Formats: sequence, structure tokens, C-alpha cells
Amino acid sequence: MMAFFSHARFYTMIRKGAEEMFQHKTGHIKSFTRQWQLQSMVIPGIVWMLIFCYIPMFWLIIAFMDYSIAKPMLQSPFVGLKHFEDFMTDDRFWRSIRNTLGMSSIKLILGFPIPIFFALMLNEIRNIRFKRTVQTISYLPHFIAWTIFGGIMLNWLGEGGVINQLMMALGLQDREILFNSDPKYFWWITYFSDTLKETGWSAIIYIAAIAGIDPGLYEAAELDGANRWQRMWHITIQSIRPTIAILFILAVSGILGSNFEQIFMLKNNMNLRMAESLDLYIYNMGLVSGRHSFSTAVLFVRSIVALGLLFLANYTSKKLTGDSIF
Amino acid sequence: MAKRRRFRRIGVFEVCNALLMLAVCFITLYPMWFVFINSFNAPQQALLGTVNWFPKAFSLASYSVVFNDKTLMNGFYITTMRTVIGTAVHVLFTAIVAYGLSKTNLIGRKIYLKIALITMLFSGGLIPTFILMTKLGLYDNFLVFIIPAMYTFFNMVIFMSFFRTIPDSLEESAKVDGASDYGVLFRIVLPNSMAVIATISLFSAVYHWNDYYQGVLYIRSQDILPMQTMLYKIIAENSMSFMQQQAMAQFGARLPGNSIKFASMMVATLPILVFYPFIQRYLVKGVMIGAIKG
Repeated sequence: MMAFFSHARFYTMIRKGAEEMFQHKTGHIKSFTRQWQLQSMVIPGIVWMLIFCYIPMFWLIIAFMDYSIAKPMLQSPFVGLKHFEDFMTDDRFWRSIRNTLGMSSIKLILGFPIPIFFALMLNEIRNIRFKRTVQTISYLPHFIAWTIFGGIMLNWLGEGGVINQLMMALGLQDREILFNSDPKYFWWITYFSDTLKETGWSAIIYIAAIAGIDPGLYEAAELDGANRWQRMWHITIQSIRPTIAILFILAVSGILGSNFEQIFMLKNNMNLRMAESLDLYIYNMGLVSGRHSFSTAVLFVRSIVALGLLFLANYTSKKLTGDSIF
Repeated sequence: MAKRRRFRRIGVFEVCNALLMLAVCFITLYPMWFVFINSFNAPQQALLGTVNWFPKAFSLASYSVVFNDKTLMNGFYITTMRTVIGTAVHVLFTAIVAYGLSKTNLIGRKIYLKIALITMLFSGGLIPTFILMTKLGLYDNFLVFIIPAMYTFFNMVIFMSFFRTIPDSLEESAKVDGASDYGVLFRIVLPNSMAVIATISLFSAVYHWNDYYQGVLYIRSQDILPMQTMLYKIIAENSMSFMQQQAMAQFGARLPGNSIKFASMMVATLPILVFYPFIQRYLVKGVMIGAIKG
């Protein structure tokens, strides 16, 4: 009797639970169909992401295969870590790592403070009209295509170009230098052309952050006898510190990246030794030489290291300053 | 620095700072001015990139070569089509997805947002993407400019955060009147979001107009090559179209005609320069929204 009772209770419980589950489910399905319009807005986007973002992610597995574009994906033979071993022993790979780190470091160390400095100096301009005009002009080059801007740079740096004329007029060099074809100038060309093109644009975020500072702070500091530089240091810089931290994180985590459009435009066969960044190496190996699996192996490692760098930079910044991106 | 501080009262700092800003303006503007003046030089004159302020011998010859060059003009047309269609599709698609995702009662919203976020952190990269385009038949196809550029996470987030600032009461009253979700989106939400639509449109249009790399990667046929990719080939690879070679022979230039290069550069940049006042106004706004979100 006892057993039957408990059995019956058990049975009821299961039935009730199932009913609840069922009701819950139908409820979900009902409200899902009720919001079919909203769903039909979102689902195409998700499908787009699955196709254009997730399928390429999945196809990173060709790094472990001898993939040929003519055959269906999974019919290519698995070769394990062969391609990884190949690129680890390729001098050209290490050269591209050196070039990428070299160019990124120059941009990071010498380039990162420039927009901050520009924003601080612009902030000291009292005449609003002049200030706004300078700002508007300063980010014009950002909207000029790299084909155009790179074309100007190539022209200026060439034989008889603006740079040679200028340097000779200033007495800094006594004869023409072919900046474009001498590899040793390439890193500096990327640095200077990038600074020339992007300083004004990069400063926008700092200018916006500075504009958000409470003017009362400056008044109080002035009453306390703080001079211009003290105010700049203790109020302006301290107030925009979170912005600086976040942009620094992004810059550090992007150290394996390079401005591909810029390098692709400025490189040539003569300066390739110093110009071939990791991205360009992947391009040259994968699409010019057709070694798809090999370059994908490089891509694979690059993506993982970049992701790791992002998390590391984020963690460091959180520990040091309390600010982070996620 | 210390010296300047002492003279602060008589305004040495202000003067230096103003001069610095003028120098920045000069450095920024001179490259475009350089292209401008050299494009008006007679083809024989602009052989070298010498420093100058005005054309040495004013001539429209380079422009007539550029405007008569069918290949280049076709590139101009392709770039225009790409910019118009690409921008319209991008804005419409991204806005619709963002509107759906902005609704907190959307079933599966958390999962959708996770799917979207992961695409920011990790991507397949160049080679797998290239293979995908080939398999989808987008290689050497005009649609390669449109479909892969239909959506970006960044712009979706900008749209989404903007849509969430639109008061619910506005949408509710339309719903009460029997409007569907699409009705609300197209009749209430989008007309109230013109500022953000303008911003994203300009972001997208500038990208489409300036991009040369997609054309280098995916396009082989001359007749769907965008102008910027042609410029890349003319400038970086020194290749010239038939018309230009003819012009070169005609003008007897020793080097590839720089003034013709400059004239094509000018033609390719002119739309950007003309729209620049609008662009800068809205793009700066967009960066602010993005910055606040990020």
C-alpha cells in the first residue's frame, strides 16, 4: 500500500513536472511565434554572422591540413602540426615578426602620446573659432584614402621629391636619398605618414574627454595658485586617465597588427625586407604563393596570441588603474 | 617648458601655441594642396615632386586625359555604385538587426548578443575569409563589395544604444494603434533617428569610397574594378591604362606622367572634399557615441 502510494505520488509528480515543462515550452514557442517580426529582424543578422564570421573561424582547421582550394574542405588530408613547424623554422616568418614588432613599437612609444599632446595644446587655445577651425582641419587627412595619401608620400620621398629638397635646403643631407627603396627608412616612413594622417582624428576622443571635465576644478585649482602646467598635469591629465588607459590597452593588444592598407601601399620589392609585416607575410604566403594551409597556421597562432594579449592588457590595466574595457 | 612658464603673463605661451596650431594646419593641408596644384600642371612640368605653391604652367590637359579615360571613368562609376548601394544596404540591414536586438523582451537576446560579441574578439582572418568568398561565388563579383560589408558590430552597437534612448511611450502608442514591429521601426523609430542614420551612412560611405584593398583581393575583371584599386595600380605598381600610355607618348614625358596621376587622385578625392563639412560634423558625433559606449 505504502509502495503504491509513493509510486502514485511519484507518478503524479512526474506528470505535473512534465506538464509544467510542457506548458513552459509551449509558452516559449507561443511568445516566440508572437514576436516573429522581431525575430525575423534579428535572425538574418545572426545568419550573416554565422556565414561571414563563424564559418571562417571554423575553417581555421585547414591549418592542420594540406588544403587545396579545388577540393571540398574535409577531403584534404590532416597533417597535424606540419605547417606550424614549417613557419617556426622559416626565417622570413621571424623577419616579419621583427618588422611588425618594430613598427608597432615605434608607433606605440613615439606615436601614442602625440594625439594627447595635440589635444592638450588645442585645449589651451582660448579663441573658440580658431580652435574649432584647427580641429576641423586636423582630421581632414583621416578621410583621404591611403591610395591618395600613400601616393603623395611616395612622390615626396622619391628622387627630387619634397623631402629631399627640404632636407637639402636645411643642410641636413648633402645629396638625394632614395627613401622609398632603402629598407632602413621604411619603419620611420610608416610612423611619420601615420602620424601625419591620423593625429587629428585620434585626438578627437581626448578632446571629447577634456571637454567633459568640470570647469569648477580649474577654477578651484587657480584659486589654490596652480599654474598652467600644474593644472594641465593634475586636472586635465588625471581626468582623462581612464580614456588614455583604455586606448593604451587597445594599442598594446593590437601590437601584432599593422596598418595593412598603409604598408601595402608603401612597400615595394626593394624595401620588402623591412616592410613585410606579419599581415603582409600571411598575404604573400597565402594569396600570392597560394600556400593556404601554411598561412592559415600563421593566422591561427596570430589570432590566439592577439586574443591573449587583449586579455592580458585588460587585466593589467584593471589592476593598475581600475579601468578596463570588459 | 620652464622658460615659457616664466613668460606666461606676456603671452609667449599663447603665441607659441597658436603658431604650433598653424603649423599643424599647414602640414595637414599642404599634401592636398600639393596634389591640387600639380594636377593643373602641364604634363611635361610635373615630372618631379618638387616643392611648389602654384602650378608652373597651368593646364587642364591632365584632366582631359583622366576624363577621357574610359577605364578610369568606369572605375569612378563602380566606386559610386558601390558607395551608394553598399551604404544603403549596410544602414538598412544593420539598423533592422539592431532594432530587434534593442528589445529586451526578445527571446534568445542574450545568446544573440553573445554570438555578436564573439565576432569582435576572434575572427577567421584573411585566408579563410578569402576561401569563403571564393566558395560563395563572390570572387570577381560586384557583390563582394556589398554583402560582406552589410553589417559591422560597431555600427550595430551604435544603432542599438541609440534606439534604446527613444522613449517607449512613442512606440507603445503606435502599437496601440495597431502598428506591427516593422511599422513601428519604419514609421516611428527610423524617422526619429536621422542623426544616427546620417552618421552611420557617412561612416559607411567613406569606407566604400576609400577602400582599395577589397578590389585588390577579390576583383580580376577590369570592368568592376573600383577607382581606388586602379589608383593603387597606377601609383604603387606604376601600371597605366592604354589612354594614359597614349597621353604619355603624346606629351613626350620621360617619367610616368605625375600630373595625370595627380589629376586622377584629385578626381578620386573630390567627393570626399566636397562632402567633408557634413562628414566631419556627423562622424565626430559618431565617434562620441562610440566612445561613450566603449
